[in-house]
Amino acid sequence: MIARPKHQRLVLVLLALAAVLGAALLAMWGLRDRAAYFYTPADVAAGKAQPRTAIRLGGMVERGSVLRDPDGITTRFVVDDGEARVPVLFRGIVPDLFQEGSGVVAEGQLAPGGTFVADNILAKHDERYMPPQLGNQAAEQRAAKTLQR
Amino acid sequence: MHRLANPARFLWIARPATSWLLVIGLLLTAAGLIGGLAFTPPDYLQGETVRILYVHVPSAWLGMAGWAAIAAASVSQLVWRHPLAAVAGRAIAPAGATFAAVCLLTGSIWGRPTWGAWWEWDGRLTSMLVLFFLYLGYIALAAAERERGGEGRLAALFGLVGAVNLPIIHYSVLWWRTLHQPQSIGLTGSSIDASILWPLPLAALGFTALFAAAVLMRMRAELAQTRVEARMRRAAAE
Repeated sequence: MIARPKHQRLVLVLLALAAVLGAALLAMWGLRDRAAYFYTPADVAAGKAQPRTAIRLGGMVERGSVLRDPDGITTRFVVDDGEARVPVLFRGIVPDLFQEGSGVVAEGQLAPGGTFVADNILAKHDERYMPPQLGNQAAEQRAAKTLQR
Repeated sequence: MHRLANPARFLWIARPATSWLLVIGLLLTAAGLIGGLAFTPPDYLQGETVRILYVHVPSAWLGMAGWAAIAAASVSQLVWRHPLAAVAGRAIAPAGATFAAVCLLTGSIWGRPTWGAWWEWDGRLTSMLVLFFLYLGYIALAAAERERGGEGRLAALFGLVGAVNLPIIHYSVLWWRTLHQPQSIGLTGSSIDASILWPLPLAALGFTALFAAAVLMRMRAELAQTRVEARMRRAAAE
């Protein structure tokens, strides 16, 4: 049976598209570890991050962990991902959205003692947007829970 | 689609459609932007900065939808040899590139006050930048091919292969750890509160209508140009 040229071309285009998509997905699958934007504390605990090399560390700022030194420029806090925690030392100005219980990405390197010395701090926010009243309610509920503990 | 293969019939529909899309697009965009700038509450965390959303998100959507349309035109060109497919591809590319650029610029302006950085090489930002470069490549390739009198098959192949980037952009925030947050609006609902969300569909629809109007105008301009060129050739031959 001889297929009409139109149908032949359609099959060819679909096959080519499937092949290219498959190749791209395989490539992205291969990249899944290397294309990650930051390491998590669990990665650090597992020894995936080399000390004294520039990396990014991402996670949540642990509640109650933010300490500001009297020199007014040094901030210490703990990054937590639910599995492991890494203490961070940063000298500089943190972004407005940097706060306890919210996401953070720190750029810097791991000191031999296990402290992460950051030279830049980025705030990471989540995909929820809401007006202040609702946000305050959420914050108040969290505060109430913390007080109960 | 094949009823539109005749340029005269296409023009008969495209001419009034352009004006309608322009009017509807301007009205919806105005409603969406005025609503978003003046009538929605600020975000609990970001404050007023969140209003960039009403430009950033529709631009991102059109940047990606534009390439999806180029891919559809490419299939139609390669398989059915639709006579208007290459014209459509060439008309869509600059509009898509513009919206991709607006998405990147507004994203950068939004990133500075929220994240603390104008630009970061995370998965979402990088794949969107790649989309913008793909548009530039497509525009150059399609223009060069038209100049040489080609049918647009090379550009169509490029448009088809470039479509691979669309799922990568979409899933980048799920596959990889990124600085960009995951998507807020999915098939199952939205994590944007209704009081902040409502102008967004208006702006998105308005932008889309303006995009379609721009594409139709460019297609009509190119068809007119082709006719002028043919007439000049005939006049020169006489």
